Amino acid sequence: MTKPKSKPNKTKKDYIIMDKNTKAIVFGFQQRAIQRMLDFDYICRREEPSVVVIVNPTRDGMHKCFWGTKEILIPMVRTIDEAIKMHPEADFMVNFASFRSAFPTSKEALLTKTIRSVAIIAEGVPERRTKELIKIAKEKNKWIIGPATVGGIAAGGFRIGNTAGMLDNIVASKLHRAGSVAYVSKSGGLSNELNNIIAMNTDGVYEGVAIGGDRYPGSTFIDHMMRYEANPDIKMMVLLGEVGGVDEYEVVEAMKKGRIKKPIVAWCIGTCSKVFPAEVQFGHAGARAGAERETADVKNKALKKAGAYVPTSFDDFDKQISKAYTKLVKSGKHKPVPEVEPPTIPIDYDVALKQGIIRRPANFIATISDDRGEELRYCGVKISKIFEEKWGLGGVIGLLWFKKNLPSWAREFIERVVLLTADHGPAVSGAHNSIIASRAGKDLISSLVSGLLTIGPRFGGAVQGSADHFTKYLYAGEEPSFMVKEMKSKNVNIQGIGHRIKSVTNPDVRVTIMVDFAKKNFPVTETLDYALSVEKLTTSKRNNLILNVDGCIGVLCCDMLRGIGYSRDQVHEFVELGILNAFFVLGRSIGFMGHIMDQKRLKSRLYRHPWDDIQYMMPDKPEKVK
Amino acid sequence: MAQRGIREYNGKKMLAKYWTEYFGKSFSYPGKIVLVNPNTKLDDLPKKHKWLNEEKLVVKPDQLFGKRGKHGLIKANASFAEAKKWIKERLNKDTTVGKVKDKLTHFIIEPFVPHKGEFYIAIKSNRDGDTIYFSNHGGVDIESVWKTVAEILVPIEEDINKINIVSKLPKDTPNEHKKMFAEFIKGLFNFYRELGYAYLEINPFVVTGKNLVPLDLVARIDDTAHFEYSTKWGDLPFPAPFGRKLSKEEKYVKTMDEKSGASLKLTVLNPKGRVWTMVAGGGGSVIYTDTIVDLGYRDELANYGEYSGNPTTDLTYEYAKTILDLMTREKDPKGRPKFLLVGGGIANFTDVAKTFTGITMALRDYKKKLKDTDVKIYVRRGGPNYQEGLRIMKDLGKELGVPIDVYGPETHMTRIVDMALGGK
Repeated sequence: MTKPKSKPNKTKKDYIIMDKNTKAIVFGFQQRAIQRMLDFDYICRREEPSVVVIVNPTRDGMHKCFWGTKEILIPMVRTIDEAIKMHPEADFMVNFASFRSAFPTSKEALLTKTIRSVAIIAEGVPERRTKELIKIAKEKNKWIIGPATVGGIAAGGFRIGNTAGMLDNIVASKLHRAGSVAYVSKSGGLSNELNNIIAMNTDGVYEGVAIGGDRYPGSTFIDHMMRYEANPDIKMMVLLGEVGGVDEYEVVEAMKKGRIKKPIVAWCIGTCSKVFPAEVQFGHAGARAGAERETADVKNKALKKAGAYVPTSFDDFDKQISKAYTKLVKSGKHKPVPEVEPPTIPIDYDVALKQGIIRRPANFIATISDDRGEELRYCGVKISKIFEEKWGLGGVIGLLWFKKNLPSWAREFIERVVLLTADHGPAVSGAHNSIIASRAGKDLISSLVSGLLTIGPRFGGAVQGSADHFTKYLYAGEEPSFMVKEMKSKNVNIQGIGHRIKSVTNPDVRVTIMVDFAKKNFPVTETLDYALSVEKLTTSKRNNLILNVDGCIGVLCCDMLRGIGYSRDQVHEFVELGILNAFFVLGRSIGFMGHIMDQKRLKSRLYRHPWDDIQYMMPDKPEKVK
Repeated sequence: MAQRGIREYNGKKMLAKYWTEYFGKSFSYPGKIVLVNPNTKLDDLPKKHKWLNEEKLVVKPDQLFGKRGKHGLIKANASFAEAKKWIKERLNKDTTVGKVKDKLTHFIIEPFVPHKGEFYIAIKSNRDGDTIYFSNHGGVDIESVWKTVAEILVPIEEDINKINIVSKLPKDTPNEHKKMFAEFIKGLFNFYRELGYAYLEINPFVVTGKNLVPLDLVARIDDTAHFEYSTKWGDLPFPAPFGRKLSKEEKYVKTMDEKSGASLKLTVLNPKGRVWTMVAGGGGSVIYTDTIVDLGYRDELANYGEYSGNPTTDLTYEYAKTILDLMTREKDPKGRPKFLLVGGGIANFTDVAKTFTGITMALRDYKKKLKDTDVKIYVRRGGPNYQEGLRIMKDLGKELGVPIDVYGPETHMTRIVDMALGGK
């Protein structure tokens, strides 16, 4: 299904602002609210979805949502103007704009020819701005619901945004079909409770509007109650007012003057304000009783005097509703609306999962970290703890690579490896490649990767290679002399042995430091000892065939793994999966990135290798294939 | 939020700052005014404000309450030395204004203006626009001379210059002042409108030669408009009203409330009361409190408490502990049980079971104290996953050996009040 068919709207009665034919524009990409509106449509057995177009200033296109079990696309445009041109039959806008943009967007909507009602959800719209909107609405004979409201609901027809909560609650409150009781409430939070009370004590809600807690709601009690009075399908009304303001008195006046004749059950909340010592501001901006007239008690008295059913406390509100309704039915003026079975709506996957009523094998398993919940955790350890206890880089690598709480010697060793391998000057192939890529104008990541790609058997690979070679012979129980001999016979250089400049007489200080550290701190140095025995043999042949820094790191990593509790088999496995390269890549990335940034700062230009450094040896003609 | 009172000091400073913009040069207002708070070094003030030593002064508290003259809280025609002495005698002292007791912490000092007539002007926002109230009989409780007040409604967005103000002034306005007053009203109205005021009252202002001087000023500003006016307002504080002295626990809850996106409210009304509430939702919490009062248990009501806006488990836990701590400090002297009402309406989308987690954690912590002080708990809640939430609470009751009665949406929201207190 692509675009929902748009039928021209039948002429509506003045007293209807939302019903089962209402087509709405939703301003703001509120995916959940949109889906909730559609789900409500579906259980009301509406023929077509109520949301016809979404206005999203930052994106246009199509938005996919569920219509029952099927999926449909709702067009999304960037401006109200486009939306009304696309769907002139939409006469309602549910405005989810923020308190900053609620005013200009609502104003724009009210000034269109086609939008007749705007529900403003945002809290914190400046009072002066709301007043401007009220003026426009009055002049143009339009409706505003809100600001600062959840909205409202026409049972069996149309739901503004999130009104009335979850579907099971909607069905429990019989909102999937129209009853005969209409209400106006200031509070949106209590509208669910009202739906429930009305459903339990009457044949259900016809329509409910929460006008919002602001001092100047876009429409007031009387505006909606006059609509309800005019609507023959509504048999009685419920008003839930509040301490503060005087809007309830307009209803009192209308009752006194006989402009409202239908039964009204009314209650203003905030009767407790008298027990508060100083002026306590309740949640709502409008809820503050200045004068006596604005107190809940005085309003309740006035409503009662005008003929409304007013309980002595909220505790009897349900009984008053029941009383008014029963009287209506007994008088023969009203025949209860029959119950209707709603269609079932499939439960959303995530909801069902949460309730534990479905399961599914996962496609991924992750065992090292968890970013859900209140705090990020590495292998079960909260990130705050990692900082508090100064686990350091080594500690974190221990958690994420080995899933172990490493002892301090191992943490320090890992950090030393990273520091040692961080850089080896600009001339080595990896750094060189990074520099070339960077100078070609490539970004940091591309340049880094270009360098990393050279790491392998010939560059940087000695770390990995030495671990591989030494453990192979050590674990097989072979003597160092056997290893030297066999490698020689195979014509393979032992990885990690040999240095261009350094020698027995001129030892590499890096190796000395690492060997001393290991001797002092490692519980196991079997691979190191083995490698040193091999070194004795090789240096006897040539002075510079020493255990070099790569080899030293390689064998020490194996010893570290043994020291933190891994068996030889497990160490072998780690070596196979490339863990030594991991150390080298991690460390050397620091250097590569340094070189890349260095080049960028220097604004080095594209590198072109000089001709005179290339020996051109092209033949005069190609070889002929016989 | 909503309309909030600002200090007279800030109102007058703002008036002085924008004076020429709105009143031109026809009359002037130098805005000589000093705010004194408990940290002010009184002796250093004249260095910065030379006029303090040169003129006679008026001193009064500036803490968002009126009728200061009636309460003997204005010192007029004083030297700086006298003013200092007067302030020192009152600073940080408990003072009762009406029914409200609080500490005096803020004072303003201004030049004393000898004058004859006193006038009244107020501008108030209402649904149809803004109404200007004007009288030639200011300086008194205006309600007592309301007959002399002229009302001028300026409809929403209407240009005040299109209104013939002179013709709408009260009949007893002195002829020589009419033009000046009309000009002042227009300027003040535009100031009020363009700086986002919702209420502005000057009672009285006086005329000295060619100048209009506002003596007492009360103002409220709609703080939701902050994003539109913040540059004009500058750093504008909204002090808590006089008498809103918070206890340690209330302060703690207030800090939690301010730090999080959720809403957590606590007002302790009577720490010896036996009925404590911990209710989800703003409207719901008011209704529970109402019902306790309306059913005649006003003297037993201990607090007003609300949590909403999906607080985290940690926040709910801290909040619940605060209330439990307060209510279990001592036994009822007559040995009667205490009641905790964990109430709420039907939630829209919040997972009820989840919001109960923090509360159950706190209840476990207070197991012994709850038993010692004979606390009975009543729960009523609806909404997503409420069945599980209620089950958790019920099981907890058995586990702790504390009576916990649970009810869902099939029970009327406030019925637990009567169940608990009516002894049913």
